[in-house]
Amino acid sequence: MYTVESLVAQIQGLSSSAGDLSLLLTHLKQADEFLHNESTRLFPFLEQLDPTLHSLERQALLGQSPMSKREDWFCSSPGFSHLVLQIRFYCFSMHLIDASYLFEVVVIAVCKSFKDQVLMLEAPIRGVVPLLEAVKKLRSSEHLTTLHPDFLQICLLAKCYKTGFSILEDDIFEVDQPRDFYLYCYYGGMICIGQKRFQKALELLHNVVTAPMSSINAIAVEAFKKYVLVSLIYNGQFSTSLPKYTSSAAQRNLKTLCQLYIELANTYSIGKISELETYIQTNREKFDSDNNLGLVKQVVSSMYKRNIQRLTQTYLTLSLQDIANTVQLSSPKEAEMHVLQMIQDGEIYATINQRDGMVRFLEDPEQYKTCEMIEHIDSSIQRIMTLSKKLTAMDELISCDPLYLAKVGRERQRFDFDDFDSVPQKFNI
Amino acid sequence: MEPDDEIYANGEPDSSNNRNRPIISGEQLDIEAYAGLYTGRTKITRLLFIADQCGQNNNTAMQMEALRMAYEEIKKGENTQLFRDVVHKIDGRLGDKYGMDSAWCEAVDRRAVQKKEKLENELNAYRTNLIKESIRMGYNDFGDYHYTHGSLADAFKSYVRTRDYCTTSKHVIHMCMSAILVSIETGQFTHVTSYISKAEQTVDALDPNTVSKLHCAAGLAHLDSKKYKLAARKFLEVAPELGNSYNEVIAPQDVATYGGLCALASFDRMELKNKVIDSINFRNFLELVPEVRELIHDFYSSHYASCLEYLGNLKANLMLDIHLHDHVQTLYDQIRNKALIQYTHPFVSVDLHVMANAFKTTVAGLEKELEALITDNQIQARIDSHNKILYARHADQRNATFQRVLQTGNEFDRDVRAMLLRANLIKLEYKASRKL
Repeated sequence: MYTVESLVAQIQGLSSSAGDLSLLLTHLKQADEFLHNESTRLFPFLEQLDPTLHSLERQALLGQSPMSKREDWFCSSPGFSHLVLQIRFYCFSMHLIDASYLFEVVVIAVCKSFKDQVLMLEAPIRGVVPLLEAVKKLRSSEHLTTLHPDFLQICLLAKCYKTGFSILEDDIFEVDQPRDFYLYCYYGGMICIGQKRFQKALELLHNVVTAPMSSINAIAVEAFKKYVLVSLIYNGQFSTSLPKYTSSAAQRNLKTLCQLYIELANTYSIGKISELETYIQTNREKFDSDNNLGLVKQVVSSMYKRNIQRLTQTYLTLSLQDIANTVQLSSPKEAEMHVLQMIQDGEIYATINQRDGMVRFLEDPEQYKTCEMIEHIDSSIQRIMTLSKKLTAMDELISCDPLYLAKVGRERQRFDFDDFDSVPQKFNI
Repeated sequence: MEPDDEIYANGEPDSSNNRNRPIISGEQLDIEAYAGLYTGRTKITRLLFIADQCGQNNNTAMQMEALRMAYEEIKKGENTQLFRDVVHKIDGRLGDKYGMDSAWCEAVDRRAVQKKEKLENELNAYRTNLIKESIRMGYNDFGDYHYTHGSLADAFKSYVRTRDYCTTSKHVIHMCMSAILVSIETGQFTHVTSYISKAEQTVDALDPNTVSKLHCAAGLAHLDSKKYKLAARKFLEVAPELGNSYNEVIAPQDVATYGGLCALASFDRMELKNKVIDSINFRNFLELVPEVRELIHDFYSSHYASCLEYLGNLKANLMLDIHLHDHVQTLYDQIRNKALIQYTHPFVSVDLHVMANAFKTTVAGLEKELEALITDNQIQARIDSHNKILYARHADQRNATFQRVLQTGNEFDRDVRAMLLRANLIKLEYKASRKL
């Protein structure tokens, strides 16, 4: 039998090397029930343990203490910094121990409670760095852990878009929980919007909207709203038909649930800035309550850009006055600002002649002759080759998967008897 | 004429036009001559249509003329309902002579009731005797009766009912032609198409004239559904022997106008030359409407100004046409766009002033038209708005290819990754459902 005192002694003794640590883990697991019963008496002993050395054990003890007490303890500032240190320690000790499944679970549990804690303290920025470390350490390649969405959420709340974006650049292929995946893509999309990386945002949101789902969920609905807006900003259009691999639940419900946004897209496609603005003005409150008003405003400004871009296709030279008239800007001065901004952003190629107020549109100077371009193309080819190898591997893997074969076999059978058996049944048996 | 002059003439249409100053029918439509082209019910409906259109445009003199002729025409028939409508429309504005003639109405109505009873009795007798041919005749008479008295829906039903009693393919054709006639009157062109295909299936009983009639009807149906190219092809197939034999639906002049305009709007140069200008068949029709012939030739030989002038002069009259009025604007726009495209096609740069001159429009207006066409990617060019010159734009194949390659690569990359993810999710879902 264990007593609290003996356990603490054991912990202190066994924490020195990696082998001992795993032994300790098994010990702690065995002592699970006992700890649960004794949970109220645990806190004084916690203080005896050095946070850097014994944080794992502390967590084991802590995990058993009742929720209310835990919060008290967390709220005190030493408790908080303990947790931070604890995560650091885990990340460090991941190298020592083979990342066993149990260990991973513990880390995730710690990080989850840490996240709750940070949110409760309303100081999300304090959580960014420790969680980033945890995510980086925990991740095996291409695997989405449940920590990813949490981390992205913290980044969003702390407005640390850049930090969050660094995680998004890695490819993800394996998923444990569909919900994690939806959240990861949704939060990721929002971070990309914050960084103005609309293409990536569109891709992530597209993933949520078209993900296989048996029933519609709130994440997908919110993602669809943002998807409509971002595709208006980035592509200047939104085709109302979703791709055919979209789940039928999404295809049936999304459009009726997001009528407001579909209408916006329709108004946008007419191409009249005044109509768009009146539509937005009348529905301003609804957009605001969806927290999408900022994006909606960007949609409006993207329309000016789109219209100016269209002019470059049609005209070689055009006066600022004419631009202002066609794009429905109030003055040539304003048109000049828009054109200038777009030239700076590399969205159009043009020169402004201020003497007679003429804009001269140029062709895209990219000649696809530079070394960088060749390298860029080469790297793209390499990337796509690895990707298609992965695809083939995946295909082979699935075609060997017993589950898949069983399913396909069941479906095939029905046809087999009728279609392929020319010999009557009784002769077969 | 030498080719050099031809191009020059393009820009300076005024000088070239003098050589064959044509008969331009800019004056008002001669209703009497127009009505003379048609017989039967369509004459009345066309007159009434003209009256309505003129009423909208406040052209009272012409409206009254049309109404007067319609009144006279109806008086010859037995359609009292239509008669009352027309009298109401005239509203006493043509004097006592064209007022309400109640005595006539009552007499006609009485006769109609008697006739209906007689027909019903006959039909019942036939039905009890189960003589197929007589029943067919009975229904057919009923159809005719309804048709003359203006209840087109009933007429259509009666005609269609004869279908079960048709014994020879001639009967089938007769049934189809009656049904087509009524459907065109009511404007139900889906019926028209279905009965045309039905009639065309009975190959053995089709004489050339019937084929031409069917082509006309099919052309009208396509025109109604805005398939101008198909409509043009159908009208072009009509044989000139049609003559005045299908006057209850269409006059040969109409075949020329409808076919010509639709062809102009939808054919490319090759097809226009082969099927319209060089067609011996269609030439006979075009002779009937010299304006259309001239404008097609002008279009083909790139005298756009005179072509557009003809079109402009014809427009008022075409708006009075019961079948074409809805499509005039679309067809005109398409023809104009085609003219603009053809004009710019051979040049590297075009002076907008010269071009505007050729199309009889202002430079600013022309710029707007060209802008729309360029945006639609129908003209590959860019406008130098400062110097008012249009430059042809030769797409750089190499750059375009690079751009497309990179774009396709990105799309592939994105799609494959999304696909792998979805496959994984489906796998998860399936496993989860198995465990339950």
